[in-house]
Amino acid sequence: MNKYTEDDLREELKTKEYEYGFYTDIDSETFPVGLDESIVRAISKKKEEPEWMTQWRLDAYKVWKAMEEPDWANVKYQKPDFQAIAYYSAPASIDPNKTLDDVDPDLLAMYKKLGISVDEQKKMNNIAMDIVVDSVSVATTFKDTLAEKGIIFMSISEAIKEHPELVKKYIGTVIPTTDNYYAALNSAVFSDGSFCYIPKGVKCPMELSTYFRINQGGTGQFERTLLIADEGSYVSYLEGCTAPSRDENQLHAAVVELIALDAAEIKYSTVQNWYPGNAEGKGGVYNFVTKRGICENDAKISWTQVETGSAVTWKYPSCVLKGDNSVGEFYSIAVTNNYQQADTGTKMIHLGKNTKSTIISKGISAGKSQNSYRGLVQISSRADNARNFSQCDSLLMGNECGAHTFPYIEAKNKSAQIEHEATTSKIGEDQIFYCNQRGIDTEKAIALIVNGFSKEVLNKLPMEFAVEAQKLLEISLEGSVG
Amino acid sequence: MELKEKLVSSFIAFENQISLDNTFVHNMRTEAIKRFENKGFPVKKDEAWKYTSLGKVLKHDFSVFPKIESTIEYKDVQPYFINDIDSYKIVFVDGKYASHLSETTHDGIDICLMSAALTKPKFRLVIENYFNKIAEKDSITSLNTAFSIEGAYIHITKNKLVEKPIQIIHFSTGNEAALLLQPRNLIVVDENAHVQIIERHQSLTDNPTLTNCVTEIFADKRGIVDYYKVQNDKENASLIDSTFIDQKRDSHVSVHTFSFGGKLTRNNLNFYQNGEYIDSTLNGVTIIGNKQHVDHNTLVHHIEPNCESHQDYKGIFSDSSIGVFNGKVLVNKEAQKTNAFQSNNNLLVNDKASINTKPQLEIFADDVKCSHGCTIGQLDENALFYLRARGIPEKEATALLMYAFANNVLESVKIPQLKNRINKLIAHKLGVNIGFDL
Repeated sequence: MNKYTEDDLREELKTKEYEYGFYTDIDSETFPVGLDESIVRAISKKKEEPEWMTQWRLDAYKVWKAMEEPDWANVKYQKPDFQAIAYYSAPASIDPNKTLDDVDPDLLAMYKKLGISVDEQKKMNNIAMDIVVDSVSVATTFKDTLAEKGIIFMSISEAIKEHPELVKKYIGTVIPTTDNYYAALNSAVFSDGSFCYIPKGVKCPMELSTYFRINQGGTGQFERTLLIADEGSYVSYLEGCTAPSRDENQLHAAVVELIALDAAEIKYSTVQNWYPGNAEGKGGVYNFVTKRGICENDAKISWTQVETGSAVTWKYPSCVLKGDNSVGEFYSIAVTNNYQQADTGTKMIHLGKNTKSTIISKGISAGKSQNSYRGLVQISSRADNARNFSQCDSLLMGNECGAHTFPYIEAKNKSAQIEHEATTSKIGEDQIFYCNQRGIDTEKAIALIVNGFSKEVLNKLPMEFAVEAQKLLEISLEGSVG
Repeated sequence: MELKEKLVSSFIAFENQISLDNTFVHNMRTEAIKRFENKGFPVKKDEAWKYTSLGKVLKHDFSVFPKIESTIEYKDVQPYFINDIDSYKIVFVDGKYASHLSETTHDGIDICLMSAALTKPKFRLVIENYFNKIAEKDSITSLNTAFSIEGAYIHITKNKLVEKPIQIIHFSTGNEAALLLQPRNLIVVDENAHVQIIERHQSLTDNPTLTNCVTEIFADKRGIVDYYKVQNDKENASLIDSTFIDQKRDSHVSVHTFSFGGKLTRNNLNFYQNGEYIDSTLNGVTIIGNKQHVDHNTLVHHIEPNCESHQDYKGIFSDSSIGVFNGKVLVNKEAQKTNAFQSNNNLLVNDKASINTKPQLEIFADDVKCSHGCTIGQLDENALFYLRARGIPEKEATALLMYAFANNVLESVKIPQLKNRINKLIAHKLGVNIGFDL
């Protein structure tokens, strides 16, 4: 029998370092680097946007210019030089009347490599997809099927042209341009993203999905997602991200706004696998994302995230529980290895009566990485009978990494019930021994234990994503066995 | 003139007035006042003061040096002592030592005054080794360092067991319209020694006071220190109490904080574990109402392996009171096999009351057991019904349940007479006439 030796493993690790680290050579149309008003105008013009949108961007730019980059997060990194970034990069061969067949075959080949061939997706997975490469939406599948139900799913630049009333009504209502430094930057320069509207009472028959990828060197990806679920509707939305390996740090500053009107339900799942930098901590993506949802009466928003990539992550998907009886959920796995740093968590703002929120956060740190949970649970004085349960567990592998918890809890109502608990532990030697004894090698045993540790969150992911996420967990932690 | 300017400009006068020729302390003071001048009083923008604003308190025109000599008689202040126990006493009135109320000693151990320790040559070595060694260099502590002249100086020598507790009491008479007090305590406990200390700050009138107190405690190998802070001051009295504790191998230090009174109370409690097999205990009971504000800010820094820390803070908040808990556990990479436990439980009695809590863990070692739990909730209605069904009026039933809620912290008080006193304070605070010492 061929024995799988340590040498094989080492070899495999070398080649497996970052599976998605390839660079597709497609002609990209990139704006000159730097940012000023003319660039903002140029982006807006390029997208053939109406005047109100251009103005909105310019206002955001002015706000951004007056702001300072935040440094309260528990991460250390070289601040990006915002004048050295190209703010617009579109694959050149874009056609306004695109159909799936018109998509550049090179691009399709690239997705095949990623394992998300659009064709395949279309035929087999029953997932409608919007693919964003270097900030521009490339193809939206299943548009017609969705249109029958009245569901609008398209890139946001198309939506600005075709459904300006919806975009104008909702954009910036959950995350105002003044919200924070990166949200303001995104508002000024976002080049594309997804837009989705589910009409009243419609249950979206399939999972909607966006795949993001930074391809061009020296570019930033600033996509903007706006998702509106009208009264009584339901949608499950998936988002995946990858970037090819590059030595310099790429910037990703996205904004995601969710609006759940009365009795609507939104399930938003993310698998984030941006390039984390190499084993020496060189390169990798800076992931500074603002995500927030607002719940009206009886509505529900559920965030699920698996964060395995990025050199620096700074991300707090939040729920504003504005309506009575609304529900917010946050399930997260954050894995950091080598020199990765993650500062992630959530905010649950309870404003309505009988609101409920659940936070389950699992942090796994290995190598020399730092992993922080930062969360806020806020009960306003009008939020009678609010209920929150938070659980933050950390798993440490090796003694050069760190796990941190910064939960903020603010209660102003006496009927509030809040529980928070956090634990930190390591993988027990007895657990490993138990597995070894049964013929499971240490690497596999760790994967098994980590999977068990993260099960509560993995279970919340849609099937296809759960499998991918499990694989990602394994890949991210390879070579971290101490 | 703003308080900051007033303090900075009176610094030179202060130094001249006390005519101290100890250059070591002089340099320390000069550096400290510079730090304070640079940083000023903490503001809400500072993360550590996010939920506590000193703004309102600092508006008073505090006099920095009390002019009027005040005399008080033992009978006026007798209720503030724990009388049914023999004890050493170090008593200050408006920041000045009151010898007729005190009972100090130099018999093998030193229980005396900071002013003596800072001036007399025989204490010089201890002062140079310990004074201001672990106190943080933040603005509020620096302010105290700059003006530190009086307080308690306690040095327990090797293998001594102090057979009776020490009471440190600071009175303010209210002769001044508003008074700023800055006591400074130094407690050095040598190898194998054991001491119990009770500390209290008390105003005698409703004139506003602000006390900025700093205490440094050093516990050497196998030393045991039990420290009790009783905070039940008048409604216009504010307190910023910073305590820094340095522990060596096998030492046990516990600090209990009972916060019932005062307008604004801020407790900074910092433990540094510099050795193996150390045990640190931080317990607190907070029961407040009206517009009171209590902020517990704790840090346990696990530096070496095989140590333990236990934190248990209970809070009951009624009326428009505000409770803050900010607990930080820091575990260094080297501190393997650490066992750190932190729990913060709160009862909100009224809709106008609010609680802000932030239990933090920062962990750099993998083989540790660290957990923290935090709850905010209400009394169990079924339990309340059970008691009322047995003829206990609602008020008393509520008080009983609240007492039970705080009980496991009270159980760890090792001086029975003090426990009695605290039980009475709790009964009074909850407005019931029950002897809780059941």
